[in-house]
Amino acid sequence: MDGSQLLSTQILNYVTIIYFVAMVCFVVYLAVRNETVALTAKVLIWVGFVAQTFALGYRWYESYQMPGGVGHAPLSNLYESVIFFAWTIILIYIALDLKYKQSAIGAFVIPFAFLAIAWAQLQLPSSISPLVPALQSNWLTYHVITCFLGYAAFAVACGVSIMYLIKARDEEKNKDDSSGIVGMFPSSKILDDINYKAIMIGFPLLTLGIVTGAAWANYAWGTYWSWDPKETWSLIVWFIYAAFLHARFTRGWAGKRAAWLSIIGFMATIFCYLGVNLVLSGLHSYGG
Amino acid sequence: MEKQKKRFEDRIWDFFVSLKLGITTLILLSITSIVGTLLKQGQSKGEYVQENFARMFPDGFPPKMTQLDYDKLREGFESTYRFFDSMYFFDMYHSWWFLGLLGLFAMNLICCSINRLPRVLKIVREPELKPEEKFYKTLANRDELIVTGSIAEVETKVAGFVASEFAKPQRTEEGDKVHLFAQKAPYARFGVYATHLSILIILAGAMIGIKFGYKGFVWIAEGSSISQVSSREGRGMIPLEFTVQCDKFELEYYEGSRMPKEYRSDLVVFENGKEILKKRIVVNDPLTYKGITFYQSSYRPIGGGVHRLLVTPRDGAAFEVEAKEGAPVSLPNGGSFAVGAYNDNLRNFGPGITMHVNSPDGKRGNPFPVYKYHPGADAQIRKGAFAFDLIDSDLEYATGLQVAKDPGVEVVWVGCTLMIIGTMVAFFLSHRRIWVTLVPDGGKVKVLYGGNAHRNQPGFALYFDEFKSKIKKYLS
Ligand code: HEM
Repeated sequence: MDGSQLLSTQILNYVTIIYFVAMVCFVVYLAVRNETVALTAKVLIWVGFVAQTFALGYRWYESYQMPGGVGHAPLSNLYESVIFFAWTIILIYIALDLKYKQSAIGAFVIPFAFLAIAWAQLQLPSSISPLVPALQSNWLTYHVITCFLGYAAFAVACGVSIMYLIKARDEEKNKDDSSGIVGMFPSSKILDDINYKAIMIGFPLLTLGIVTGAAWANYAWGTYWSWDPKETWSLIVWFIYAAFLHARFTRGWAGKRAAWLSIIGFMATIFCYLGVNLVLSGLHSYGG
Repeated sequence: MEKQKKRFEDRIWDFFVSLKLGITTLILLSITSIVGTLLKQGQSKGEYVQENFARMFPDGFPPKMTQLDYDKLREGFESTYRFFDSMYFFDMYHSWWFLGLLGLFAMNLICCSINRLPRVLKIVREPELKPEEKFYKTLANRDELIVTGSIAEVETKVAGFVASEFAKPQRTEEGDKVHLFAQKAPYARFGVYATHLSILIILAGAMIGIKFGYKGFVWIAEGSSISQVSSREGRGMIPLEFTVQCDKFELEYYEGSRMPKEYRSDLVVFENGKEILKKRIVVNDPLTYKGITFYQSSYRPIGGGVHRLLVTPRDGAAFEVEAKEGAPVSLPNGGSFAVGAYNDNLRNFGPGITMHVNSPDGKRGNPFPVYKYHPGADAQIRKGAFAFDLIDSDLEYATGLQVAKDPGVEVVWVGCTLMIIGTMVAFFLSHRRIWVTLVPDGGKVKVLYGGNAHRNQPGFALYFDEFKSKIKKYLS
């Protein structure tokens, strides 16, 4: 079945546009410093998020409407996982915004969500396909949800780290000149703190993701760990963030080094998510 | 001499407890793990050379290439293989140096925890119960009040306030002073240790699995049983203490599609001739008996299935017959036919059978294909006296089961659970303490109070500010 006919896919097209406009608003906000623009962006994010949540739920419903008992949670192929990834980034962003109320962050976090959803909508086949037997497991659902919430927290940490590096360089150069785009950034201290908090949220989620993945593997083929490239890369990502946390609270690695480690960690995360499927091969090859 | 030796031991200990070593091993483990994801594990020299050739010349060898060039290139690949192999890169995760790195990691974790735990235990078990004024000066969150009333009156009030606002305080008298100490979530300090311990538990579970478990595989044909499985780790046949029988294997497709929806095997376990256990297993829902688990993993059709065919005589009414593989079935004209083999994807046309027709005088005809999803094809192509269509097949299958014995797996799950609880506690809970000291001050009472938290200092500072304004209002 052609996935572009599905109502959920069509809603997601609008969501993509909404996120794009919100992203542009955030960038414009940095330039013109008009709070109304920032508010518009945030309202759009909320609208997009509600619409995307509905679309995800509706796609789930649609899968049960298809002939042949195909129904399943919309987390089973690359398209669905990328859409879900965008959703989790927005979710974490909204939580962050409610807590910190720093509008400038949107300009560095929303692009990740936009790129993900745009890629899915433009490039990936959106049809609902039946699940092969190995993927019919509740553990898989828990696994995907926890992993992607973790990934999204790392994406936020990465976006904030990029802001940190820009802000820190600016602060070094001209001490209290708060003009220009960088002037709208939160202080480097706040950015550093958000980076740490986001990783602190992402790390237990990734841990849960790895554990539920191991549980699934154990139910499906009797080995909770087989060193396949996907598993190994998730462990690498886990090691990197563990190193980040330890370097931070016992060796005082904050600021620039922490920001770089966070960016490296997210690059490893993206490789674990996409690179392994595109470059390496293994059990997890989503969708083919 | 003695001193020298001690220093050396100290140096070793310092090496093992240092967090620098911890972070270094984490980073080394990450980097070395990558190697194993780039090189296919368990590859032979031939496969490695072939893969490299394929990567280098995706469109085949260039025409100008001489045998000499080819040999040189192959020698190059072979020597890289030998080098990688000597580093155990093709069985990396079991190599002595990778396991050594993991061992170092575990050692580091153990030593580091041994080194730090006593201090934490002391903090939790022996809190400062008689803080002096000096002590309050070290707290980042503190305040002082002068309240009218007797010590006893003020104490009742303050103790009640601390209990309702924070936690029930512990009272200590010292001369004419009274100290109150209250704390919340002292166990939060152990989240880190639970997390670290959980890693060791998981490693121990993995070791138990490697030492006392095995991975195997077995084919069971429908209606037959097995009492041994073949090792997937090159340990030959492994006998079981019981017999496993497969009553039936079924394969279900999604409606109108060639995509498998479910594989099912009806298994029965017999021990000493008695039926013990019966279970229908599917992928993701295995059968376990005596610590040995059987996972639905694959299947293959074996001979002996029964096929329902539609037979259409060239001039006459079509009729249905059932034919068992290999057994001849008579036809109305005195001849017969027999079904040979079934194939799930015969000549790429989907499920089909190969069959032949014997003429009435007993001459055996040429084999020809009949497909399930291409009705009428045989009538069109072969144009025999009878046309055949395949309606349905009741196939005989052998079910392929992955077999695993892993006595360490429960240990691993205990470790995983502890790890999740441990990280949550370590990250999101904080050990918070509040001290109050009441000092008589010329008919009035001086109230010294302060507190701290072992993490999330800013959060505690906010809390303490609120605590301050409330207690002031309460006591005035
Ligand atoms: C990947 C493996 C590891 C994980 C998941 C892990 C986890 C944790 C966690 C969750 C914390 C608490 C963080 C916090 O308080 O903010 C922590 C603290 C700590 N870890 Fe690890 N850890 C690992 C490996 C190691 C290793 C190898 C060492 C070796 C020395 C180590 C030493 C420490 C120390 C010294 C602390 C601080 C303890 C304290 O605050 O008193 N960790 N670890």
